[in-house]
Formats: sequence, structure tokens, C-alpha cells
Amino acid sequence: MNTTILLFLLQDGITNGAIYALLGLALVLVFAVTRVILIPQGEFITYGALSYATLATGQVPGTARLAVAMGLVALGFDLFAARKSWRPGPLARALAVDIVLPVTVLALTAGLAGRINNVPVNIALSLLVVALIGLFLYRIAYQPIAHTSVLVLLIASVGCHLAMQGFGLVFFGAEGLRGPAVSDVAMSLGPLQVTGQSLVVYGITAALIVALWLFFEFTKYGKALRATAVNRLGARLVGIRTTLSGQIAFLLASVIGAISGILIVPITTLYYDTGFIVGLKGFVAAIVGGLVSYPLTAVAAIGVGLVEAFSSFYASNYKEVIVFTLIIPVLVLRSLAAPDVDEEKD
Amino acid sequence: MTRRLPLVLFALAMAAIPLIPGVPPFWLVLLDNIGLAALVAMGLVLLTGVGGLTSFGQAAFCGFGAYTTAVLTTAYGLSPWLTLPLSLLVSGLAAVALGLVTVRLSGHYLPLGTLAWGLGLYYLFSKLELLGRNDGISAIPPLAIGTFRMLDPGSIYYVIWIAVILSAVLTTNLLDSRTGRAIRALRRGHIAAEAFGVQTARAKLLVFIYAAVLAGLSGWLYAHLQRAANPTPFGAHASIEYLFIAVVGGAGYVWGGVLGAAVVVILKEILQSYLPLVFGGQGQLEIIVFGIALVALLQLAPDGMWPWLTGRLPVKRTTKQPDLSATPPPRATAATPAAPLLKVDGARKQFGGVVAVNDVSFGVNPGEIVALIGPNGAGKSTTFNLITRVLVSSAGRITVCGTNIDGATPQRVARLGVARTFQHVKLIPDMTVLENVALGAHLRGHSGAIASMLRLDRADEARLLAEAARQIDRVGLGEQTSELAGNLPLGQQRVVEIARALCIDPALLLLDEPAAGLRYMEKQRLADLLRGLRDGGMSVLLVEHDMGFVMDLADRIVVLDFGTKIAEGVPDAVRRDPDVIRAYLGATA
Repeated sequence: MNTTILLFLLQDGITNGAIYALLGLALVLVFAVTRVILIPQGEFITYGALSYATLATGQVPGTARLAVAMGLVALGFDLFAARKSWRPGPLARALAVDIVLPVTVLALTAGLAGRINNVPVNIALSLLVVALIGLFLYRIAYQPIAHTSVLVLLIASVGCHLAMQGFGLVFFGAEGLRGPAVSDVAMSLGPLQVTGQSLVVYGITAALIVALWLFFEFTKYGKALRATAVNRLGARLVGIRTTLSGQIAFLLASVIGAISGILIVPITTLYYDTGFIVGLKGFVAAIVGGLVSYPLTAVAAIGVGLVEAFSSFYASNYKEVIVFTLIIPVLVLRSLAAPDVDEEKD
Repeated sequence: MTRRLPLVLFALAMAAIPLIPGVPPFWLVLLDNIGLAALVAMGLVLLTGVGGLTSFGQAAFCGFGAYTTAVLTTAYGLSPWLTLPLSLLVSGLAAVALGLVTVRLSGHYLPLGTLAWGLGLYYLFSKLELLGRNDGISAIPPLAIGTFRMLDPGSIYYVIWIAVILSAVLTTNLLDSRTGRAIRALRRGHIAAEAFGVQTARAKLLVFIYAAVLAGLSGWLYAHLQRAANPTPFGAHASIEYLFIAVVGGAGYVWGGVLGAAVVVILKEILQSYLPLVFGGQGQLEIIVFGIALVALLQLAPDGMWPWLTGRLPVKRTTKQPDLSATPPPRATAATPAAPLLKVDGARKQFGGVVAVNDVSFGVNPGEIVALIGPNGAGKSTTFNLITRVLVSSAGRITVCGTNIDGATPQRVARLGVARTFQHVKLIPDMTVLENVALGAHLRGHSGAIASMLRLDRADEARLLAEAARQIDRVGLGEQTSELAGNLPLGQQRVVEIARALCIDPALLLLDEPAAGLRYMEKQRLADLLRGLRDGGMSVLLVEHDMGFVMDLADRIVVLDFGTKIAEGVPDAVRRDPDVIRAYLGATA
């Protein structure tokens, strides 16, 4: 191997790793706050990426309509939950979040699609749509069973993943899509071609990690989320609304997923079902980070990206085998190092 | 025989279905698929629902079963029947290898670990030249008896459903046995099970292998039903589907696996054939409806459909009463009466900078009741955990019957005749009082998993259950024998724990706050019981906050404060000890 290939593989690995890092962070966030292992994270990726790519062709993505439909169902859930005590405040909030918001976004999307077709607008619209879907997903699928075991939540995740993947096929078709690059800059650094896109990937990953850190360290909501993560019941007793924490976690996770998708889609063609496997690699990173540590997850994600890049060069057939098997020794080490607690499931 | 009646009726009905004239062959195909899924789901019920180990890699074990027979029958011309044991063996060995690594994983690492190797194996299946890469292996010979070749779905149907019903019977037998109780105890954490001598790591590996062998059997049948094997049905999506078959049916119930398989397979079929008619042929509508149905089902019946269904049947479950005439099982180890029975010599436990137990020494003689008292946080329960080896002491020496137990496992301590109860009750709420108590007699039985599956353990089992029933009577809960432990009030649950501890036939009984939550009369009865035990030669070490109870009962009292022993002696002397009064009241009263 010569230096050029080495550098190329390094760059490739780091770019992918940065995206896995984002996904890993989102998974850790959601798991810590809600105990949900977020398999539909893959769909947030594809929805974000393909909505962005669809907008770039001047069409209205079906996800905007899905958000309105999910909003209606979420309103149904909110009304059902509030059937015992009708108070105007929460009712108005439910109407605003569940109906007004998605309808406004759909109207914006329909109004702007094809007329103002520039990258920032399309990104903003895609993020809005996916954020709403994430929020409603928690309200509809998880909030009613938030108290159940990790296993039940996990199976619910599988159900969400299947349904959303099916919707993905309906909205985007079986053909893959590619989106326009966020930045067209390209420069040479020695033997390396550095594209603006990969720089954007690094920049956004770093910025998001810092933003998350600031959020959790210095804001009231961030602290509420951390409190929920440590002890659900305790958090409720001191007045933190754990459902709100869950909604915020899903909102953040869906936005992060969508950003990752938008960052990948100019680099590689995405299909309606690609998200699952990309999400799983973020998962590997999250597991290495023990589903609790953000910095460790980020480092592990870069590691996953590098392993993937190098194994696709040396043993491309066994790339996936290597990536997914590598975490077993890590798991064993983590498990041995973890304090021996007598956990009571159920 | 009446207990077996529903099973016999079910078997007869299943046997009759293909014989009904005019049954569409397609129904038989569906039933074949249900049977195959039910086998895997049954393994998952044992592994996940009962044992608490979630596996996302079960389809990979089907792959081992299917590919073993595919390679051996096509490339080496072996008879399919000959490959059956080999398929099961390969799946089992794969489970041993993966299980040794995976079942050590704690908490959420376990399902994630299985997901990881499940995916890894799937990609391995699809890349190996030997297994035909993505195309897989085709032209696998059908099963045959003599010249009768099972080519159509109606003929292999019988093989599949005999396998399903046999597996269900064997699995039900396994759960209703000494080994089964150990498996059922796993889900509630390992401390209680280990305190009664259950080798939890071995029990986990056992269910892991058992589930894998069932999946391997399903894979073997699949290969001969399809007469082809390719990687797709052995991937992550298939594993996930099996898991939710188990959850839909009822993850804690063997027959829930069969029910879940039927519901999921039929639902999928209906959705696949009718949805396109309703909505036009666009996209994979069935997976949308399927996913939504799954989430809805979990919200409506999180325990699955089997308990929901059986709860609506008018028949009440009858529990058989144990035969009290069975001879008591032998003690695990013949006790060697040695004075002192328990000797704690300079025991110390540090958690970081906190010294929870600070060089504490005391002893318990045979036939003596010793009470360990002290204000909250004095280190009483930690001392208990050091004696039972739940915690490893930082320094000091603890001997039981003259045997040094530093470095021993909790199971070894139990084997020496030390039984305990827990401050926070650790019963298995969905097992009956009888079954919970019988777990205490674990070390006094000897039947293993295979004997239990084949019902060769009945004599042994009858002795254990009789012993359990006797101990329940002894503590005065005879009326509650067949109640679910979770339905009893907390005070009675503590008493059930005492009965469970007595089932070891202990030389030393450790009781952690046994009187908490008991009413006055119940406390009197407990005190009488403990005196009776002492007079029978048993020693009791108890932690208790009820001073009246302790002062009346104990022969000797050891007082701890902030991890340090501040007094020891007969109740009257301790009561007057100025250090003790200061520790409890803060000043010399």
C-alpha cells in the first residue's frame, strides 16, 4: 500500500466515521432518556436524505404529508389522554403542535418546492419535516408504553422501523436518489483531494457534538433530560415531565438522523432501505460507547469508519462481517469491566 | 390424563387437517411455515421470555441447521435423516461458542451482542464459497421414508408438526422441573438464584444452546421443505421477526410461541394477498400495516396474546398438590458440626474510600440465635453479603464449619449449609409459592435438563416438592401454597423467603429483617418458629430493627455502628451498654 491509498482510506474512514458518530450520539441520547433502542433511526436518515433529494428535483416529498397524517393521529392520542380533564391550555398546545405545525410545514414545502430551489431552504424544510415525524413517532408509538420493559420498547421499535421503511418505499420508490452537494469546493492537499462536502461533514459533526455538550451541560432542558436518564421516577418526583424529555430526545435524534442523511446523500446513492444498515453502524459505535458515553461513542464511531474503510480495501467481501464481529470483544471487555449489579428487569 | 387432554386434542386436530377433503394445498404450506416459525419462537420463549436473555441472532442458528444439511446432502450425498443430528450438533456447537462469549454480557449488551454476531454471520453466509454465496445451495434432496419422498408440503407437514408438538412437550416438561425453576429464576437477577446453589452462568448457557438447537431443527426442516437454502431467511430481519412472534404470542409461554407464529404468518399472508387489491399494487404496503399492527398490539396487550386468550377461557388451571409422603431429599453436604459454625475474623469491606465493614469479628455457635443490630447504614446487610459471598471482602477471614470461604462462590457457601433471606424480597412473582420455595431445595435434587425433558426426574422432583410443601407448612403458609408469590402481601413474602431458605436444610440461617412488615401475632409465630429451629440444632443469624423481637429472641447480640463492632453480649448486657445507647440515641440517655 502506498501513502496515497493510506491517506485516501483514512479520509474515507474519517468521513464515514463522523457520520456514524452523529448517529451513535443520537442513539445514546434516546436510549439514555427513554430506554428505547432506536431502530427507526435508519429511517430518519433516509427520510432526511431522500426528502432533501426530492426537494432538489422540485417535487414535494411524501414525508411532508406523512407528518400531517401522524400529527392527526397524535392529536387523537392527546385528546384520548385528556378525556378526563379538558383544560384549554394543553388542548391549545396539542392543536398547535399536532395540527398547525405540520400543516404549516406542508404548506411551506408545497409552496416553495420547485419555486425557490436552493440548498439551505431544502435542508431546512427536510429537517423540519423529519423533526415533526420524530416527535409524533414518540407520541404515538412509545409514549403510551414508556413504562414497559426494554424488550417491549425494542419490539415496538421494530414495528416502527418496518412501517416507516414501508412508507419510505411508497414515497421515494425503489430507485435510489442522490442529492446535490452542500458545498462544491474541492482542493488538493498534497496527494489528497479534499472535497468541500467532507469538510462540511467534519464541521457539522464537531459543531453538533459541541452543541449537544452545551445543551446537556448548561440548559434547563438538557439537565432535565440527564435527570430522566439517571432516574425516571426520581425525575418525575422533582417535577420533570418525563414525556417532555422523551419528546425532546426524539426530536433531537430525528434531526441528527436527518442531518446525517443529508450529509451522506451527495456522497453516495441512498435507497429507501439504506438507512437501516447505516444506522446499525452508528449502533456499533454507540455500543462501544456503552450507550452512555458521548465522547467514547464519537471516538468509537471514527474507529468503525476506519475499520470499514480498511477492510473494504483488503477484504471487501468481508467488510460487514468484520465491522459487526469486531464489537464482540469490545462487548466482552465492557461487560467484564461493568460493575456486577443485580438488575431486576420487568 | 386430563391435564394432557388439550394437547392430545390439539395433536389430533393438527393430524386431521391434511386429511379433510378439499383442504387447499396452500393452507398446508402456511401451516408448514407456522410450524417452522413456532420452533424458533419456542426457543426464544425459553431464552427471552423465561430466561430474560434477548437474542437478535436466532435466525443465524436456523442458518447453521439449514446449511449443514444442505452441504452434507448435496456435496457429500448424505441421507437427510443422517444430517439431522449433525445439523442440531452444529447449531448447538455454534451456540456454545457464541454463548460462552455472549451470555457473560450483562444488561443491554446482551441483545446488542447477539444483533452484532447475527449480522456478522448473515454476511458470512452470503460470502462463503462453500455455502454458494448469495445464491445459496439448491437441489437439496427431500426427506424420504423408504421410497416415499416428501416432495409436497402436505407430506413434510407431519414431520414438521410432530417436531413442533414434541418440542413443546419437552420444553413444557423442562420448565416444570428443578432445572426449569433455575431458568425461571434467571430473569429476576442472579443473586437470589446463586444463593441457593444455582450455577447461573451454566443455566444461561443451557437455555442459549437449547434455543439454538430448536432453531437448528427449524433450519433443517426448512432446507428440506424448500429444498434450497440461501442467506436471506437467516438475516437480521428474520431474527427480529422471530423475536416479535414470541412477543406477540406471549414471550413467557411455550404455546405462545406457536400462537404467535400462527398469528404473524397468517396476518402477513393476508396482508400480502389482500392489501394490493384494496390499495393497488403500490409498494410494500403490508409491512406498513404489519408494523403499525405490531405497535398497536404492544400497546393493547404488552404480555402477548396467549395469556390474554387463556385468561378468557372458562377453565380454571388446576395445580397438583405435592405428595407429602415422599421421603425428604438428602442434604447437599453432610454437615460437620464444628464450633464455631461461623467465624468472622476481621472482615473488612471498602467501597472506594468508604469503609462499610471495618474489621468486624464475631462467631455463631451451633444451636444459637445471634442478632446483628445497629442503626441504618451500620453495615449489617453488607456483612451478610460478605458471609454469603455476594460481595468479596477486602480483608479478613470468614470460615463456615471450619472451611475458609474466601474465594468461594455463593453457590459453594450455600452447599456448606448457609441459607439466607433478603432485605429486599427476591422472589419470582410469577411463580407459585411452592415453586419459589422448591428453588431452595435446588442443591438437594440431582436431575438435569435432559432427564427433566423426558420426565425421568419425577421421583426426584416429587421429593423436592414435598420438602417445599413441608417447609411452607412449617412457616404457616400452607393455605397459600399454590398462590403466585407476587400476589402475597410483603410480610408473607418475607416468610416465603424463610421457607425457601429452610429448604436447603441449612446449618446456618441468615435472616435479613425477617419481621419487617409482619403484624404482632405473626411476629410471635415467627419467634416461635425460630426458637423451634434453634432447639432442633440450627443456628440463626439475623438482622432486625424490631428491638422487642430481638431482645426476646436472641441468645447473643452483636452491635455494629458505622461498620465497626461496638458491643457484643447477651441482650440484657447490650441493652445497658453505654456505647450502644449512644449509637442509637446520639447521647448518653
